Amino acid sequence: MPHDHDDHGSELSEMQLRIRALETVLAEKGYIDPAALDVMIEAYETKIGPHNGARVVAKAWADPAFKRSLMEDATKTVQSLGLIDRVGDHLIAVENTPTLHNMIVCTLCSCYPWEVLGLPPVWYKSAPYRSRAVNDPRGVLADFGLKLPADMQIRVWDSTAETRFIVVPMRPAGTDGWSEEKLAALVTRDCMIGTGLPKQPSEIA
Amino acid sequence: MDGIHDMGGMHGFGKVEPEENEPVFHAAWEARCLALNRAMGAIGAWTIDEGRAGIERLPPDVYLARSYYGKWALRLWNMVIARGFAGADELATGHALHSAKPTKRKFGITEVPRALTRGSFARPAPAPARFKVGNRVRARNIHPQTHTRLPRYVRGHIGIIDAIRGCHVFPDSVVIGAGENPQWLYTVLFDGRELWGESTDPTLKVSIEAFEPYLQAV
Repeated sequence: MPHDHDDHGSELSEMQLRIRALETVLAEKGYIDPAALDVMIEAYETKIGPHNGARVVAKAWADPAFKRSLMEDATKTVQSLGLIDRVGDHLIAVENTPTLHNMIVCTLCSCYPWEVLGLPPVWYKSAPYRSRAVNDPRGVLADFGLKLPADMQIRVWDSTAETRFIVVPMRPAGTDGWSEEKLAALVTRDCMIGTGLPKQPSEIA
Repeated sequence: MDGIHDMGGMHGFGKVEPEENEPVFHAAWEARCLALNRAMGAIGAWTIDEGRAGIERLPPDVYLARSYYGKWALRLWNMVIARGFAGADELATGHALHSAKPTKRKFGITEVPRALTRGSFARPAPAPARFKVGNRVRARNIHPQTHTRLPRYVRGHIGIIDAIRGCHVFPDSVVIGAGENPQWLYTVLFDGRELWGESTDPTLKVSIEAFEPYLQAV
């Protein structure tokens, strides 16, 4: 759990005060138990995160039957791994190919597949990403240092309902015979959003 | 609502700036803020759609100036008061002064697992789906003053039904108090040039998740 500092400017101070007032009043009135908030926060900080998505992608790379099942029904298939208590409905896996690159955005708010990727990073929820992903995805990818071939098809998925998307990137070359655990080390959060590619074997050697 | 939140295709916000080794929360109050918002959702204080509408109703200058959790904090503050869970006087003094509003349940430790799981919004279909995969459809040119999930940048444009996602709670209906009114949900795929003009990168395609009332046959 990070600690508050006094040097973060006036918004933080105002927000600290507002949140303290809200928590105190809502607890005193009996709506919430602050200890339950602690348990929830700990889950977000430790249990829920992109390590879960990385295991899903690595298994899809290693196990063709699992991948087929994942592409057909990601909610059910991810649930079967038992990584988290329960996978939300309508998780959808979308697959990159040598001719197609997928990218996920939520232009209206911040919809994101929490169960497999954790809480979204600040940039995913920011105006620059939300505004540009749908009309200048190559420009956005350049901000991440990624340049795709000019003839690569780019498919942007705007998460405007309660469906959630995870990108299954292409398995890097030179990973034949790797264990799922080793493969998972190549899978970054950004490559499952589509703003990055998996690490190369040389990067984790 | 044609609000500032509907950002797809806007210009002028600058570069995306990823943060190296970003922490889950940047300050303790952000974590409390997230958890409080989820907790109030979990006790049934408001639905996910009503909560989103609460963010969208923030004034545009506030929306742009505040951080993500800053917006969540203001939404929580406003909605707790608007829905009678606490008075403005109580939040101002930081202590309970009046009795609580009855709720279906309290948010205790046993409620945490349910609150960590995204809700299920699929519902039995009241009627067969009107469109099939491959159908051409036009996104309606609608501008409701209230919450909608049809982004401005597709309105009036023609796309293809790419997938049928089942029947789901219709947000536009929930936020006006007209009930869940389940509707078929489709992935609709648009050519980049259809949305942004002939000079657009010909390799671009964009899809949205569209409820059936957002679409008309062409």
